[in-house]
Amino acid sequence: MRRRRTSFPLVAGAVLTGALVLVALLSLAWTPYAPEAVRVVARLRPPGPDHWLGTDHFGRDVLSMLMVGARLSLGIGAASVALGLLGGVPLGLLGAARPGWWDEAAGRMADLLFAFPAVLVAILLTALNGPGAGNAVAAIALFNVAVLARVTQGAAKGVMRRDFVRASQALGRGPWGVAWVHVLPAIAGVLAVQATVLFAAAILSEAGLSYLGLGVQPPVPSWGRMLEDAQTFLTRAPLLAVFPGAAIALSVLGLSLLGDGLRDRFDPRHESEPIL
Amino acid sequence: MGGMGKAAVAAAALLLAAWPVGGWAQGHSGLVVGMQLEPPHLDPTAGAAGAIDEVTYANLFEPLTRIDAAGAVVPGLAERWTVSDDGLTYTFTLRPGARFHDGSVCDSADVKFSLDRARGPQSVNAQKAYFAAIDTVETPDPRTVVVRLSRPDGLFLFHMGQGDAVIVAQETADTNKQKPIGTGPFKLDRWAAGDRVELVRNPDYDGPKPALERVTFRFISDPAAQVAALLSGDVDTFPQFGTYEALDQFRKDPRFAVLDGTSEGETLLVINNARKPFDDVRVRRAIGHAIDRTTLIDGAMFGTAKPIGSHFPPHRPEYVDLTGLSAYAPAKARALLAEAGYKDGFDAVLRLPPPIYARRSGELIAAMLAEVGIRLRIENVEWAAWLERTFKGRDFDLTLVAHTEPLDIGIYARPDYYFNYRSDRFNATEDELSRTLDPARRVALLQQEQRIVAEDAVNGFLFQLPVVTVQKAGVTGMWPNRPLQANDVTGVSWK
Amino acid sequence: MIHYLGRRLLGFAVSAWVAALAVFVVLDVVPGDPALLILGTEAQPDTLAALRAQMGLDRPAAERFVRWSGGLLRGDFGTSHTYNRPVASLVAERLAVTLPLALLALALAVAVGVPLGVWAAARRGGIADGMVRGFGRLGVAVPNFWIAMLLIWVFSVALGWLPAGGFPGWQAGTGPALAALILPAVALAVPEAAILVRLTRAAVLDTLREDYVRTATAKGVGRRVVLRRHVLPNALIPITTLVGLQFGFLVAGVVVVENVCTLPGLGRLLTQAIGQRDVTVVQGVVLLLAVLVMAVSALVDALHAVLDPRPRRAA
Repeated sequence: MRRRRTSFPLVAGAVLTGALVLVALLSLAWTPYAPEAVRVVARLRPPGPDHWLGTDHFGRDVLSMLMVGARLSLGIGAASVALGLLGGVPLGLLGAARPGWWDEAAGRMADLLFAFPAVLVAILLTALNGPGAGNAVAAIALFNVAVLARVTQGAAKGVMRRDFVRASQALGRGPWGVAWVHVLPAIAGVLAVQATVLFAAAILSEAGLSYLGLGVQPPVPSWGRMLEDAQTFLTRAPLLAVFPGAAIALSVLGLSLLGDGLRDRFDPRHESEPIL
Repeated sequence: MGGMGKAAVAAAALLLAAWPVGGWAQGHSGLVVGMQLEPPHLDPTAGAAGAIDEVTYANLFEPLTRIDAAGAVVPGLAERWTVSDDGLTYTFTLRPGARFHDGSVCDSADVKFSLDRARGPQSVNAQKAYFAAIDTVETPDPRTVVVRLSRPDGLFLFHMGQGDAVIVAQETADTNKQKPIGTGPFKLDRWAAGDRVELVRNPDYDGPKPALERVTFRFISDPAAQVAALLSGDVDTFPQFGTYEALDQFRKDPRFAVLDGTSEGETLLVINNARKPFDDVRVRRAIGHAIDRTTLIDGAMFGTAKPIGSHFPPHRPEYVDLTGLSAYAPAKARALLAEAGYKDGFDAVLRLPPPIYARRSGELIAAMLAEVGIRLRIENVEWAAWLERTFKGRDFDLTLVAHTEPLDIGIYARPDYYFNYRSDRFNATEDELSRTLDPARRVALLQQEQRIVAEDAVNGFLFQLPVVTVQKAGVTGMWPNRPLQANDVTGVSWK
Repeated sequence: MIHYLGRRLLGFAVSAWVAALAVFVVLDVVPGDPALLILGTEAQPDTLAALRAQMGLDRPAAERFVRWSGGLLRGDFGTSHTYNRPVASLVAERLAVTLPLALLALALAVAVGVPLGVWAAARRGGIADGMVRGFGRLGVAVPNFWIAMLLIWVFSVALGWLPAGGFPGWQAGTGPALAALILPAVALAVPEAAILVRLTRAAVLDTLREDYVRTATAKGVGRRVVLRRHVLPNALIPITTLVGLQFGFLVAGVVVVENVCTLPGLGRLLTQAIGQRDVTVVQGVVLLLAVLVMAVSALVDALHAVLDPRPRRAA
């Protein structure tokens, strides 16, 4: 019934995401220039042989900054999704194992989180801890916890009603044992899909937060802050605003394509939520 | 359904065509003034925000004396005054026809109320110290106010001309924040929160009528939007224009005039003198030698600023050029660090408040100090946190801010100031200065103070914060300089 | 039903209040004295104390929160100490920017996204379908504040057709006000439209596979009629759900775009109020956002009851 041929989204998504990861890894070993190297005399250069994508208002090499920015976007995305999984999956399993008031509380919590945009959380955390990438990670992770808890709960409920789980329970396996041995493997596909989609969303959120100055601090380059800096120079060097935005769009596109491809494969009943 | 989409697109296109913006054809009895920040309220006696004075000073409210474009004290609400020989008694005579915007007469009782309110126990005046020398305020008749001081105060008339000292009526003092009722030549017409304040000419003003019938203050925080608003003609004049990278463009454009003014804002890399390793003067001097001011001014301010070598504005006659004491010499900086025991440099935190001059200079300085081994971590903070932790709490390594109060080198003598600088030599000089009346000796003392703080390398002295006004070529009468935070538009007209 | 609604309302009121409490606690701990911020660097200890007393900040934190909560019951949201105005009027003023902006963006997104989705579904597999699907994919990947920036570059900086930012207020007339909102609205609408395109296309395709639609087609009912009578009404259910959800996200998520376009909306009010440590304003905005999200989700539920074309079961 399901087509087994390799889908276009999966391939395109894998290629784009792979390229992103490669660039990020490469930036660890090599960038055309040091991304923080300031050279005021060479500022606002258009793209050319020396600087393929030009230079910013301090004469820093845009390509080098974008490459390091990729590492940062991936890192913050990965951290926030990992934290989301760590927090959300146990919560969701708990909800599935103990319906009732816990179920209700989880629903309210989701409501609450929608009223608390990531931006608000990030601003509050920044005011509390001082600025830093950790705040962005925490703010995005909080949202991820809520989504992953809900998805886990929904998917796990279905699994728990199945005969082999009931049999296992009858044989005396405790609730956590059941969750570990039977439920988690059964919902792993759904979770993988959801995690990919959330990863893409996290890159978008991180860009927004660092545009507002709530993410990683200078001189470490980030795509969002590059856009913020570029806005001032929109009249003189509009390309400065084009490249970081395109980098964000391509990364998110890659991950969301990958998510779609994975969904066709591993989540045919569409239990994961289309955040994007 | 497809039709709906087309209709929406068509409607959007219509909107685009029907509402072109552009104020170049505007009538010449109005003026639109661009400002970066919006005032939180419009009562200059109840807040330190410069934006309050920039809207209200001289336009809505008047103090007893006034500060003019050159920084001199001239008559305000008081048309004249006399000072007793001992410098302790000031007798002010009020303008006979002065009235508040609500029609009530402004008399000596209002002056007494305003001064007593500012110095009283319930006072929330941001500059209460201005009124500290006042002993009594007497009102022998409705037009005469006698102020007796408990000690001579050479700056009393200057302070009485500040926005914090404007005269308000008892009946409206509590509501001035939203409905300012002053004695000025303009009154408030409307305040579209978040966007603009509009003033109209006060027909009942007793002094000379301003040429403008309507003044609009527009608040535009975004640099790109500031440039666009000027280019499109939406804004007529933008004092304190902060988008330095766009200045070239305006200087070349004959439709605009760019006024370069002098400012009182010494921009400093503030060093916590009490904290290791900055308590060592060699480390502080090393920082000075590691900073390339030319590149800094070029990179952060696009060339629009004058370098300083001490805490003093270059436009004043007492100024001494001490930039040579901290000339750019990275090798010397490294040597000094090694001498102080930091051959491999050290780590520190540079905390930056929101203004763009601070953020940009901070990034460049971090890169410059890295060259000599001082590794800075940058922390961008908001004003609330900066005031609490850096300024009041003195919990910081380095920060970067412009000190805009006029003639404020005396802060280096304050024992509890956030520089944490202590110098008997400076304190002795400051002490002598406060007792000295001889002009020549005063100059010498002020110059000595500049030398002491430069030799002690108390802070990194960077540049004088520029004051630039960009406006349409036809506007005349805007203040080019900023002796105080104000946009006095009472003398502005169109050519 | 009434019991259910009551419970839901109560649950929501409690969680909204908890949100406000969380905001209050965090802002109480955060460094930054609002009185110091107002009076600045030359403030003296006695003036600071007088101002704190005036603002009620000399009272214990618990007392201040209880007092604020009590005011809520009487419909009093407190006073902003920055602007010296009631929070309710301040928020209402900003809502008059954010709400029209969100509605305009949503209207644009629906006007573009739904027809495109239906169109693509009707031409499944064709070039048109491919292009629409491409838009659906790319549109969600593009940050809305980046679109806003590019739109400003093209329409304000280069062409000079529209203001680069700011909002003249509705008093200035509907035209100038809408002109100020159109760029940010388009920027917000693009990703939303992309989501709607994908969802509409999927929903229509799903419905086209349903038996009764096949039956109708088999009976010789025309394509357009089938689409209008059978397919769209069904597809509308997931679409309205999504539109409802998006509206909540839009209102809560305009912060960045309001910053790009310097619009004096709720988002900017919120960020500024946190910067100014204006606790009552932050609490008020958070409460309002919570209530809006709830109201919209209730509205969507009600709409479903009306739209559901399947025969109603006797309750």
